[in-house]
Amino acid sequence: MVPVLLIVIPLVSGLLGFLIKQEKSAKVWSLLTSIITMVVSILGIAVLHNPEYLQTDVAWLPDLGSRFSLSMDGMSKMLCLLTGIAYPGIFIATWNSTYKNAHQFYALMLLMQTGLMGVFVASDALLFYFFWELALIPAYFLCSIWGGERRVAVTFKFFIYTFVGSLLMLIAIIWVYFHTPDHSFAMSSFYKVNLAGNTQGWLFWLFFLAFAIKMPLFPFHTWQPDTYEQSPTAVTMVLSGIMVKMGVFGILRWLAPVVPVGLWGYGDPAATMCVIGMIYGSIVAMQQDDLKRFVAYSSIAHMGLMGLAIFVTSSIGIQGVMVQMFAHGINIIGLWIVVELIERQFHTRKMSELGGLAQKAPSLAIMLVVLSLANVSLPLTNAFIGEFMMFNGVFGSKASNYHYIFMVVGGISIILSAVYTLNMLQKVLFGNTSSLTANARDIKVNEKFVLAVLLIGIVVMGVYPKPMIEATRHAVDAIYSKMFVKLP
Amino acid sequence: MNAIVISAVLGVIMMFCGVFTNSKPAVRTVAIIGLLALVIVNVLDMGGYHFFNVNVKGMLSFDIFGLLFNTIAFGSTWVYFLLSGRDMERVGVNLAEYFALIFFVLCGIAIVSSFSSLLMLFLGIEIISIPLYILTGSDKRNLKSNEAALKYFLMGSFSTGIMLMGITLLYGVKGSFNIDVIRMGTTSLTPMLAAGLLLLLFAMSFKVSAAPFHFWTPDAYDGSPTVFTSFMATIVKVAGFIAFIRLFEGCFGDVQKQWQLLVAIIAAATLFIGNITAVFQQSVKRMLSYSSIAQAGFMLFALVALNDMAKEGMIFYAAAYSLATIGIFAVLLKMKDYTFEGFNGLAKRQPVLAATNTIFLLSLAGIPATAGFWAKFYMLSAAISNGNVMWLVIVGVLCAAISVYYYFRVIQAMYFKEGDTQEIETTTGFKGLLIAIAVIVVILGIFPHWLLDQLHNFFYL
Repeated sequence: MVPVLLIVIPLVSGLLGFLIKQEKSAKVWSLLTSIITMVVSILGIAVLHNPEYLQTDVAWLPDLGSRFSLSMDGMSKMLCLLTGIAYPGIFIATWNSTYKNAHQFYALMLLMQTGLMGVFVASDALLFYFFWELALIPAYFLCSIWGGERRVAVTFKFFIYTFVGSLLMLIAIIWVYFHTPDHSFAMSSFYKVNLAGNTQGWLFWLFFLAFAIKMPLFPFHTWQPDTYEQSPTAVTMVLSGIMVKMGVFGILRWLAPVVPVGLWGYGDPAATMCVIGMIYGSIVAMQQDDLKRFVAYSSIAHMGLMGLAIFVTSSIGIQGVMVQMFAHGINIIGLWIVVELIERQFHTRKMSELGGLAQKAPSLAIMLVVLSLANVSLPLTNAFIGEFMMFNGVFGSKASNYHYIFMVVGGISIILSAVYTLNMLQKVLFGNTSSLTANARDIKVNEKFVLAVLLIGIVVMGVYPKPMIEATRHAVDAIYSKMFVKLP
Repeated sequence: MNAIVISAVLGVIMMFCGVFTNSKPAVRTVAIIGLLALVIVNVLDMGGYHFFNVNVKGMLSFDIFGLLFNTIAFGSTWVYFLLSGRDMERVGVNLAEYFALIFFVLCGIAIVSSFSSLLMLFLGIEIISIPLYILTGSDKRNLKSNEAALKYFLMGSFSTGIMLMGITLLYGVKGSFNIDVIRMGTTSLTPMLAAGLLLLLFAMSFKVSAAPFHFWTPDAYDGSPTVFTSFMATIVKVAGFIAFIRLFEGCFGDVQKQWQLLVAIIAAATLFIGNITAVFQQSVKRMLSYSSIAQAGFMLFALVALNDMAKEGMIFYAAAYSLATIGIFAVLLKMKDYTFEGFNGLAKRQPVLAATNTIFLLSLAGIPATAGFWAKFYMLSAAISNGNVMWLVIVGVLCAAISVYYYFRVIQAMYFKEGDTQEIETTTGFKGLLIAIAVIVVILGIFPHWLLDQLHNFFYL
C-alpha cells in the first residue's frame, strides 16, 4: 500500500498539475501533495512495520514473467524518506523563484518524483528499468526549458549519456532474465541466478556503466558539472540530492547481489576509478570560481567514496553508504539552497565577486558554515558517521588487495575537501564586501525555516545516528550476504 | 483469403468510384468505409469465418501470424487514411486512383503475408511494387517526384530480376516452388542453394532497404509526395519484413546457422549507416527516410534471431513503428517547411500537435512507456536469447542511442526554440485523432499485450 501511494500521489498530482494554470495555486498544490507524499514516506519508515503495508504485487505482463511488484526494505524506505522530505523542502526554499509556465514546471517536478520513488521501490527488474527511464524524461524537459543559457546542448548531452548507460543495463537485465530459473524479472529470481564467472564479468560492466554514469563516477562524470550549472536550482537539487542516489541504489540492489562474482573480480578497477574521481573532483573543485560548479565537483568526490566503499565489499562500508546516501542528499540540497539564495540576491555565483557576507547576512552565513562543515564531514555532522564507516569498511576490506592504497589515497581527498570548502567559505563570507554584497540583506523566513530544519537534521543525525543505522541494518545484511554466497 | 479477394475488389470499386463521382469527400468516405470492411473481414478470417473457399493448391497458407500482421497493416492504413486522406487531394486530381492503388498494394501485402510458394511471393512483391512506382511519381509536374519514380522503378525491377534468378536456382535444385519442399532435406547448403539464398537475400534486402542496398530509399522517399512517403515507409516496409521472415524461416530455417552471420552483418551495417546518416540531415522528411532505414536494421534482428519472440516482436514492431511514423508524417504534412527549423516554436502555436508528435518521437526512440520501447525490447530479447550475436545487440543499443540525437532534435525545435509563425490549418477531428493515436501508443507502451489479449478474448473465449 505505501509504495503504491508513494508512486500514485505524485503521479496523479503531477498530471492534474498541468491543468492548474495559475502560478500561485500550482505552487500551493504541489507543496500540499508533496507534503502528503512526505507523510506517507514517514509512515512507511517509522510507523507501518507490517510487511503487508510495504509491498504490492499485481500481474502486469504474465507472458514475460514480469509483475508490477513493489516492496520496501530498509534501503528503499530510507531513500523514499529522503525523496519525500526533499520535495517539500525544495518547494518551500524556492518559493520565491518565479518560472515561466510555472504549472508545467511543478507538474514535471512531481512526475520526476514518481519516477524516483518508483526506482526505489520496484522489486521487478523490468519495472525498475521503466521507472529508471521515466525519471529521466521530466528531468530532460525541466532542464531544457527552464535552464541557463547553454541548457539545450548540455541537457542533451546528459540525456544521451544516461540513455546509453540505461540501454546497456537493459541488455544485462534481459540476459539475466533468460538465465533465471523461472523466466521471470522478479528480484527474487534475479538473486537466484547462478552465472559463470566470466559471464558475470561482462554483465558487471554493463550494469556498472549505467550506474557509474548516473552517480557519476570518474571518467563518466563529464555531463554532471555542466548539467548542475545549467539546470534551474530546484531541479539541480533533485538531480544531485536524489537522482544520483539512483546510481548507488542500483549498484546495491541490482548489481552487487546479482553478479557478485563479477563485482569480486572487477571490484578493484572500479574502485580505482572511484578513488581517482575522489582526488580529481577535489582538485578541480579547488579551481572553481562558480559556486554551482564548485558544489558539483565536490559531489563527484563524495560519490566516488560511496562507490569505493561498495566495490571493496565490506559490510560496514555498505552500512556507511546507506547513512551517507541520506546525509549527502540532505547536505547537498542545503548547499544548493544557499547557492540559490545567493544567486537570487546578487545575480552572480562567482566567489570572486562575493565577500563579507558574514557581517551583512549572519543567518545565511551560519547556515552556510554548518552545511560546509557537514560537507567536509566534520565530527558531529551527519556526514562524519557515513564517511567514518565507509573508510572503516575500506580499511578492513577482505575482498580487495589494494584496500590500504585506496584508503590512503581516498583519505587525502578528505583533506582536500577541507581545503576547498574552507577556501570557499573564506571567499564568500569573509573579507571585504564587494560592490554587489555591500547592501546584502539576510534570508527570509521560509528559507530560514527549511535551512534550520536541515541543520537540526544534520546535527541530530551526526550525534545520534542509531535510528538510521537500525533502519537499514537488515537491508545491509541481506545485500552483504548475497555478495558472498554465489561463488559457482 | 478474405483479405486478398476483398482488397482487390475494393481496388476495382475505387477505380469506378472515380468514374461516377467527382466529389472528393465521397471518394474518401468510400475508401475509409471500404478499408474498415477489409479490416473486419480479415479479423473474421482470424476467427475462423472464411468467406471464400478457393482451392489454392498449396500456394497460399493462412496462419495466425500472417493474418495478425494483415490486421495490423490494414488497421494502420485505416489510421493513415483518416489522418492523411485529405492531404492526398493536394497531390493531384486522381484521388480515386490513389486509393485504388493503395488497395492493390494491400492486396499484395495480404499475399506476401501468406505465401507458401515462391511464385506467390514473387507475385505479391510485384503487386506491392508496381502501384508504388506509380504513387511515387504521382506528382506529375514535380521533377523530383518523376526522378524518384524512375529511380525506384529501375532499381526495383533490377532487384526483382535478382529475386527471380534466386527462385530459379532454388527450383533447379529442389524441383518445386513450395517452401516446405525446399525446406525438406536441406541440412546443408549446396553451392547452388547457397547462390539462390544469396540472391534472395539481396533482393529482399533491397525491398526492405537494408544496407548496402538502401541507396534508393532516401531519394525515393524524399522525392515522392509526402503523403505517400508515409505509406511507403511504414506499412509497405514492414510488409517486406514479413515476407522476408516467412521466406527465410520457411525455406532456410534449418540451416540458419550458415546464414545468420551474414544477416547479422547486414543488420549492423543498416543500423550504423541509417543512424549515422540521419544525424546529418537538415530536412525532417529526409531524416525520417534514414530513420526508416535505421528502424529496418532493428527489424532485421527478428531475422537474425528467428525464434518465437522474434516473430511476436516483429508484429509488435510493425504496429509501434507504423503508428508512430504515420503520426509524425501527418504532422509533417501540415507544415510547409520540412526543415528542422520549420518546427521551431511549434509547441507554442500548436500544443496538441507538438505534444502528440513528442510521444511519437519518443516511441521511435524507444523510451519506456511508449510502444516503441517494447518493439525494441522484443528485438533485443530475441537476439539475446539466440545468444550467438551479442555483438549485434551492443551495436543495436549504441545505434539506438544515436537515434535519440536526431529524434530529439525535432523535440528541441518544437519546445526549446523560438520560431516565426507558420500558418498551420488543423481541424478538431485531426487533433482528436492524433491524441487517440498517442493514447494508444502509450497504452501499448504500458500494457503491450493489451491489444493481442483483446483479440484473443474476442475469438477464443
